[in-house]
Amino acid sequence: MSIVILSVAVTIAQLMLALAMALVLVRILRGPRAQDRIIALDTLYINAMLLLVTFGISTGRIVYFEAALVIGMIGFVSTLALAKFLMRGEVIE
Amino acid sequence: MIDPATDIPVWAAIAVAFFVLVGAALALIGAIGLLSFNSFYQRLHPPALGTSWGTGGVMMASILFFSIGFGRPIFHEILIGIFVTVTTPVTFMLLARAALYRDRAEGNEDVRGKTERPATPTEP
Repeated sequence: MSIVILSVAVTIAQLMLALAMALVLVRILRGPRAQDRIIALDTLYINAMLLLVTFGISTGRIVYFEAALVIGMIGFVSTLALAKFLMRGEVIE
Repeated sequence: MIDPATDIPVWAAIAVAFFVLVGAALALIGAIGLLSFNSFYQRLHPPALGTSWGTGGVMMASILFFSIGFGRPIFHEILIGIFVTVTTPVTFMLLARAALYRDRAEGNEDVRGKTERPATPTEP
């Protein structure tokens, strides 16, 4: 019984997160300016991280947590570097 | 799909299902808002749904599932929650300042109303 509840809920959640990633991808392609694409990329990172955590729930393994942590950190640093690049035209001056 | 070895009681399964659905639904609402709002400064706001309680819901579901499934408290998902909560305002603040700087440098109409600060403060 509990396995059925969990399977249905986690599958619906994964479909929702995949749909969210698809919508964000449309915003990345459509633009219109660089800052729109960057904020959409940041949201894509966050959604991919949440999707990995739901994979961890559905398989019952801890490994996905570490991948999600790495994705969160890399997403933060890359968005920060891109914002710096927008502001100054160089990342490290 | 779910590993049958980690068998958890029904009330815990309902709680995990509730939290994971709330988190995923908030992330989806944030993505819809990001796609449908008109200007960049409006588009800054909807992703915060996914980064605040979207992340919080999914992390809480994961903590509940692993703690009850393994029979001992497992809290390491809270690391991701704290990290995302701390770093998201920094990211969005920096991105908004960069976009504002670009808009002002180009003299766009929608941000021109602000008065520019003087470069050096005047001595009294």
